[in-house]
Amino acid sequence: MLTVPIEIQILFAGILFLLGLIGLLVRRNMIYMLMSIEIMFNSAGLVFIIAANRWKQPDGQVMFIFILAVTAVEVAIALALLLQVYHHYKTLDADAVNKLKDYN
Amino acid sequence: MNIFFYIAAVVALISTIMAISGKNAIHSLLYLILSLLAVSVIFYLLDAPFIAALEVIIYAGAIMVLFIFVTMMLNVGTESSKVNKLTNPRKWIVPSILSAILFMDFILALKNVPASTSAGQVVLPKQVGISLFSTYLLAVEIAAILLMAGVIGAYHLGSQKKKVTHRFLEKK
Repeated sequence: MLTVPIEIQILFAGILFLLGLIGLLVRRNMIYMLMSIEIMFNSAGLVFIIAANRWKQPDGQVMFIFILAVTAVEVAIALALLLQVYHHYKTLDADAVNKLKDYN
Repeated sequence: MNIFFYIAAVVALISTIMAISGKNAIHSLLYLILSLLAVSVIFYLLDAPFIAALEVIIYAGAIMVLFIFVTMMLNVGTESSKVNKLTNPRKWIVPSILSAILFMDFILALKNVPASTSAGQVVLPKQVGISLFSTYLLAVEIAAILLMAGVIGAYHLGSQKKKVTHRFLEKK
């Protein structure tokens, strides 16, 4: 039995989410942005598992499986988009893809 | 018992920081895999061994391999052509130490933590499966439709478009 207080566990998941958020906001390389999104998905799943362990119910683990499916789809689509962006712009800089920007 | 959680948490945090602050994409991906493995150890400690196995197989095994394939296809690593950089111990000594710490942590946790298999104390994978295919059956079908949409979308986006414009009409 793990006797770590649940506040510490949630705090760990929160710090992990915060690291992913910082990486998403700071890095401009699209691969790093996708990696940061993965970190955030993972910490969200960690919160579900912590809650499942706290209340001894299977629902949290079921939700983690759904998060896994959503993450797999998201990564497949995002990497295909990233390949197309690289073919068109020859760069992975997120700021280079600004054709939708309103220049007035 | 609690020390295993803290060690795995520290390994996860350090490797995540290294992953989001790295220069080389491949090195960052390997740090990210180490972070996912550390979180997987935490899942095991939280009495969810099935989810820990899924984390290793799907996250670290499938999704990260997809990332690594794309990174190698794009060849954005700044120093990927210089092989002799790999023999520089400064490149691999930190992840090796972190991996060794995590491995020892997991082995000691396997030996010291009694595996509780009685229902009511922990959530067994059987309960997860029963709940998945009774209570959440509709969500499973929606996830299946989402996966199919993902397959079609990835195929559509990944295929190279055939040019329909005549070459005299192309703008230079």
